[in-house]
Amino acid sequence: MTVRQRFLRFFHERPHLKAWALLAPGMGWLLLFFVVPLLMMFGYSFMPRNPLGGVDAGFTLENYARFFDPLYLKIVLKTVGYALSCTALCLLLGFPVAYAIARAGRLRNFLIFLVMLPFWTSFLVRMYAMMFMMRDSGLINSTLISLGVIETGFEMLSTPFAVLTGLVFGFVPFMVLPIYSSLEKLDLSLLEAASVLGARPAKSFVRVTLPLAMPGVVAGSLLVFIPALGSFLTSDVLGGAKEVLVGNLVQNQFGSARDWPFGSAASFVMMTLVLGAVTVYLRVRDAGEAMEK
Amino acid sequence: MAEAPYAGPVVEFRNVSKTFGNYKACIDISFQIERGEFFSLLGPSGCGKTTTLRLIAGFEEPDRNGGEVRIDGQLVNTQRPYERQLGMVFQNYALFPHLTVERNIAFGLEMRGTPKAEVPGRVEKAMSMVRLDPGLFARRKPAQLSGGQRQRVALARALVLEPRILLLDEPLGALDLKLRKEMQLELKQLNKDLGMTFVFVTHDQEEALTMSDRIAVMSNSRIAQLGTPAQIYECPRTPFVARFIGESNFFEGKCVERQGDGWLVEGEGARFEVPNHPGLSEGGAVRIAVRPEWLDVFRPDAVPPGENALPGVVRTVIYLGETLHVLVRVGQREVAVAVRNEGQLTRPLTFKAGDAVVVAWMRDDCQVLEEDG
Repeated sequence: MTVRQRFLRFFHERPHLKAWALLAPGMGWLLLFFVVPLLMMFGYSFMPRNPLGGVDAGFTLENYARFFDPLYLKIVLKTVGYALSCTALCLLLGFPVAYAIARAGRLRNFLIFLVMLPFWTSFLVRMYAMMFMMRDSGLINSTLISLGVIETGFEMLSTPFAVLTGLVFGFVPFMVLPIYSSLEKLDLSLLEAASVLGARPAKSFVRVTLPLAMPGVVAGSLLVFIPALGSFLTSDVLGGAKEVLVGNLVQNQFGSARDWPFGSAASFVMMTLVLGAVTVYLRVRDAGEAMEK
Repeated sequence: MAEAPYAGPVVEFRNVSKTFGNYKACIDISFQIERGEFFSLLGPSGCGKTTTLRLIAGFEEPDRNGGEVRIDGQLVNTQRPYERQLGMVFQNYALFPHLTVERNIAFGLEMRGTPKAEVPGRVEKAMSMVRLDPGLFARRKPAQLSGGQRQRVALARALVLEPRILLLDEPLGALDLKLRKEMQLELKQLNKDLGMTFVFVTHDQEEALTMSDRIAVMSNSRIAQLGTPAQIYECPRTPFVARFIGESNFFEGKCVERQGDGWLVEGEGARFEVPNHPGLSEGGAVRIAVRPEWLDVFRPDAVPPGENALPGVVRTVIYLGETLHVLVRVGQREVAVAVRNEGQLTRPLTFKAGDAVVVAWMRDDCQVLEEDG
């Protein structure tokens, strides 16, 4: 037997080992670069800060206690507000788009390509592009002025409007794609069946299309809500110093403030919040489905 | 005061045409379906039968100036499906995957505003009508059912509304043979018991013959022939119908002269007689269809007098159980003759492959065909 044959034989006779062998590289990667740093951060979050910017040995709940300062709680509330508004707006904008694409016949693939096109440039570049559009002498203002609609430019940058627009622009494809994939699988004969059974188009949308699109709506909402909650780039570029979100706070603690323990604590509070929100969301959805039965 | 029931046809097509882009799916279709009738639209795929059904359901509108579709005498060309109050069973059943069996069946009742208290009773009644145990199946989702059970749910969902007309789009296509036979009889029984008009689309000629009161055979977007199963099978009007429904042997020739009340024909290397037909004239071409069971095979010296006879050679004998098919080469043709099996172990056929024989039939046991429309 050649070495190669022995090798193949060895794994063929041990299917479990084969599965682990295939999983190992990816799992190892995640363990080393995700689980280990996460555990380290969890440890830091209970340690006192070294005045020089490092971490001292010891145990303290000080970092978590600090986070519950009204100043920081306001930032958390604001962040959750942004994430929720962004998710709702993405849903309102994305559902009709996904619906139209699913019904677009031969144009489908091209339209999906257009939805994905923004991913060809980096998120950062897209946010700067938004900044150029929205600044005082930017494209929006100069167009409106040259058309004579307004005389002096709006101040758009560093407003909640700018941050929300940026977030929605950045995340709306994550809403469109899963909803599209749910709607695309929808068998049109179901709508015909509903119609013969006496359902007008609006009724069959509510009773058939919408429930069957729910998996896509749920997936899309999570895919938008979670990164929106942790985003810091958009608020940094478009919100300036005024619109500080939790993401910016964490970034600052690890960066300029050099307070790793506090940054770690803030991260874990946010992570708990996200997990809590997702759990509640999925529970509510399951309860809704159970009611259908 | 109760409205007097409309006595005319339940469904009527008057010169209906339907075009998709360049493709004419229905051309000048006219027929009437009577109340309580089991009416089948039969034809190969792409013949226009499904489009015809969809015109009745309201999923399609006839072309502009493309004739009239009437239901209960009322012109419905542009009426939407949800305004028509029909029942329909779809080819893939089209059950709502997110709803349980009972919610699927109740869907139409809810849409039509049936009082809530009435719904469970009617759902249960519909389920027992299609022989589905409510205790066992009411709370299952469609994905937890077999093909046959889904079929029954689809049927119950349509029947629960007590529609005037039930449209069935190849509903048995996905079932295995045994279940299909069973459902054929059940559907036929439901049609008779409920007095409901059934319009049934199928490409299976045997199914259509078994179940229908009348059949419209469709070909190339037109109705090739409309009639009872016996009329369609025994008097096919065109070569297409003769070929599509059952098996047929075709013979051709030229009318030589009148012979009694028929014609003497020269063709197939011999002379034979055919009954009269409006399309025949002296010197004109004639084509006839003869069913395998209308033919007989004899040894050349034993042909009964007065029968049409064509000499040939036995090519092979196919054992089918109830019958035997004797394939005989007559000139360029291969003629199939169905012979009753009287027991090959006790009374075997007296001829075998390679024997010279004569294929014979009575003058009137044939159908003079018109050209395909």
